[in-house]
Amino acid sequence: MSTTDIAQSGDTSHDGGHGDEGHEHPSDAKYIQIAAILGVLTALEVSTYFVNIGPALIPTLMVMMGVKFFLVAAWFMHLRFDSSLFTKFFVGGLVLATGVYMIALTAFEFWTKG
Amino acid sequence: MADVMTTEAPAAAHQSEGAGTGISNNKLLMWVFLGSECLLFGGLISTYLIYRSRFHTGPAPGDIFDIPFTSVSSFVLLMSSLTMVLALSALNRGDIRNNRLWLLTTALLGSLFIGGQVYEFTTFVREGLGYTTSPFSSAFFTLTGFHGIHVSVGIVMLMSLFISSLRGSLRQEHSETVEIVGLYWHFVDIVWIFIFTVIYLVPSPTS
Amino acid sequence: MTATTTTPATVGEGAAAQPLGVYTRPKGGNGWRDWVTTVDHKKIGILYGAAALFFFAIGGLEALLIRLQMATPDGTVLGADMYNQVFTMHGVTMVFLVIMPLAAAFANYLLPLQIGARDVAFPRLNALSFWIFLAGGLFLNTSWLFGDAPTGGWFAYAPNTGVTFSPGHGMDFYALGLQITGIASLLSAMNLIVTVLNMRAPGMTLFKMPVFTWMILVVQFLLLFAIPVITVALFLLLFDRNFGANFFNPEMGSDPLLWQHLFWIFGHPEVYVLILPSFGIVSEVIPTFSRKPIFGYEFMVFSGIAIGFMGWGVWAHHMFVSGVGPIAVGAFTLSTMFIAVPTGVKILNWMATMWGGKLRFTTAMLFATGVVSMFTVGGLSGVTHAVAPADTQQTDTYYIVAHFHYVIFGGALLGFFAGFYFWWPKVFGHMLGERLGKWNFWTMLIGFNLTFGPMHILGLQGMSRRIDTYSPGFGFELWNLVATIGAFTIALGVLFFALNVIFSARRARGLPPVGPDPWDARSLEWFCPNPTPVHNFDELIQVESLDEFWHRKYGTDENGRIVRVATAEEVCQKGDATDVHLPSPSYWPVVLAAGFPLIGYGIMYNLWLCAAGGILVVMSIYAWVFEPPDDPDGAHGHEADGAAEPEEAPVG
Repeated sequence: MSTTDIAQSGDTSHDGGHGDEGHEHPSDAKYIQIAAILGVLTALEVSTYFVNIGPALIPTLMVMMGVKFFLVAAWFMHLRFDSSLFTKFFVGGLVLATGVYMIALTAFEFWTKG
Repeated sequence: MADVMTTEAPAAAHQSEGAGTGISNNKLLMWVFLGSECLLFGGLISTYLIYRSRFHTGPAPGDIFDIPFTSVSSFVLLMSSLTMVLALSALNRGDIRNNRLWLLTTALLGSLFIGGQVYEFTTFVREGLGYTTSPFSSAFFTLTGFHGIHVSVGIVMLMSLFISSLRGSLRQEHSETVEIVGLYWHFVDIVWIFIFTVIYLVPSPTS
Repeated sequence: MTATTTTPATVGEGAAAQPLGVYTRPKGGNGWRDWVTTVDHKKIGILYGAAALFFFAIGGLEALLIRLQMATPDGTVLGADMYNQVFTMHGVTMVFLVIMPLAAAFANYLLPLQIGARDVAFPRLNALSFWIFLAGGLFLNTSWLFGDAPTGGWFAYAPNTGVTFSPGHGMDFYALGLQITGIASLLSAMNLIVTVLNMRAPGMTLFKMPVFTWMILVVQFLLLFAIPVITVALFLLLFDRNFGANFFNPEMGSDPLLWQHLFWIFGHPEVYVLILPSFGIVSEVIPTFSRKPIFGYEFMVFSGIAIGFMGWGVWAHHMFVSGVGPIAVGAFTLSTMFIAVPTGVKILNWMATMWGGKLRFTTAMLFATGVVSMFTVGGLSGVTHAVAPADTQQTDTYYIVAHFHYVIFGGALLGFFAGFYFWWPKVFGHMLGERLGKWNFWTMLIGFNLTFGPMHILGLQGMSRRIDTYSPGFGFELWNLVATIGAFTIALGVLFFALNVIFSARRARGLPPVGPDPWDARSLEWFCPNPTPVHNFDELIQVESLDEFWHRKYGTDENGRIVRVATAEEVCQKGDATDVHLPSPSYWPVVLAAGFPLIGYGIMYNLWLCAAGGILVVMSIYAWVFEPPDDPDGAHGHEADGAAEPEEAPVG
């Protein structure tokens, strides 16, 4: 591979804009803010153990879990800022696991009998 | 699928001239691995869910779980994700001192979580829930045990990083290594977020 | 070590600042040491192939024993227990230690070449995959030496495989052995996925990759997501057997279906793991010998991806008689019938590729057409299993045995033989003989149909599979005898192959290597001279189109007719580059892999052994991480080292 080729490919990938986009991680303050939200959510989750909220319990828990999950993946694992390929791998694994195992749980009549 | 390939990535250390993604091989490897891990924990969690009401003559999950205690240890693990990301952030700035500090804190928080798990397990055993007591007990200990082993492996990796930092061989240019260990650590945390809600907080069968 | 290397190592050694002073990397060479420490994807591919053929011989002998036992009613060759061990090990060996590593052999050798790379993304990890696979395979087979081979069938249905019904260590060997080979498959899958995504030559977009590379990529994704499922299942079984857990103990309220679900969630994608590499090989061979591009390239690729996806939604068709309930049976019947569609697309596209082509029936082409025809038979009998009422009659009969051998032998194995004949000159620099090759093909094809064709009839007559013998008078005698004769005919065919390998090598001795393009081929690997030089490509290739190699040789004249524009000698590289920087060999893959069987034996016999194995593994990982990243004398040619080994993450 000649040097000119490298220069060319270098141009496309070392372009200032992309480099900044990739490396500009959030500030520590932002991380602490996210962690605070996570903490509050956890506290809310735990509070359902002490306060009876009736049939809304499981949907509420699932939503809060989903938000926590999303926050850690998006911010702490940098999926928001990183290559979308990573997100695809992770979401791919998650969706496949959820789909396959939910079918399996259905076969065991988990949803109706618990 | 074709757009996957055109993803523009930051200038990575191992930029090849080819038609590849331009993403670092190492980081991609870790994400591929984490995708695979989803299926592993999915299998263990499903097994637990199928068996959670099959406690035979032993204690039922709803009777034995100590939600306040587990809440605290879950919180500890959650916060270790914060310290992990702070460690990376420090190294990205070239701040070796704080990097070391946060790596060690993360490892300590992880150890605290493991300590909590050991305490929980011994308490359960004392209350009559052994590994062989029922399908529920086997599934519970296996699931949380696998998670605990993952945390322990993470602690070993963190301590290895910490020690190599003390030896002066973990510098700013190695921040990707810290990031990759961090990815693993956050993943283990995410799994626990799931386990804590679905296994502990969703009301379990009682005897 | 004596300096037998061709590169001047003396200059570099002084300059090599070794982090901890002890971990030097081995130098290249040509003896056994070189093979043990190699990180070259081509050598690893050859090692995979050799190991797989070794296990193929073992699995084949087991098959012959089975057929000897079944040749006549009331057979006495093997006792009942020995028969169980033999058929179990035959299945496990052929699936996990023959077909999968053969696919790995072709993938390792060819995939980097087909995408125009100098190596895989993680060369040391690649070596580790091979050594772990070999360790696992040998570990499994040592169960014979302990007199305790597994007896539960390759799917090992619990609770039959629990300690109550399978005392002894047989099923532990099974669970631990597959766990070990599973690690190898997982590592290899991760490695190859990163390789395909990141290591392609300039211009090689995903949709310019050969179909073989595509199929291997799909297979790696299937492995990536399927291996953890069997890992879970095997751990549960191990814990049940060794630590008294209650996953498969109905007395305690466990559900016997749990194992079946977990196993087949893995098992059905695994079926496509076995067959898709062969589909890929056939998709390379048929266009070459039809002198036409593959018909419907995009359809070939997308049908492969579709098979990969749909393969996750059909697993319960293995369990139609297990009591999964009418809704599950209905849903899985439908999904199973749908998966025949993309498979049919492939068959039709191969035929359309051959249609109107200038066909050359070399041995490779014969084997490829064998795959197309035999797999069609297997696919059609597969559709009859998809129909639940019919399947209820067929379950656990020889009809099933016939079906999956038509798919796995007729589909996968014949495809690998096509690959052997096609790529032998690429790998070894000489052709396999065509005369013996044709003998090889016809004896194998006829023997195969004699063996497994009659099993359809036996199955429909009601003969159960896995029975160790049968009584006279049920009408089973004739077809069983025919099947046994067929099995020995296959063995004869394999013998022809072995003779061909030996004679061809002997004939080629002293002769110059075969010319650069013996088949008038199409894809990137043929840019390299035969055999492939250690650095693969002299310079990376700028890819413009699918079948790049073909398009450099042929153009069209003003009437649109295809005309030759360059000879193969002009297009091929010379293989004489000297400034290519290659990753250094390493001791640690083989040392690390040696720890796993120790852990395995330890769990069964003595936990101290387990600890020793664990320490070996952990120490090797650290040694691996602290190993100097590269050859000290490899200071030159940084811009050319597309495959220079990246520093592996400590976690990898």
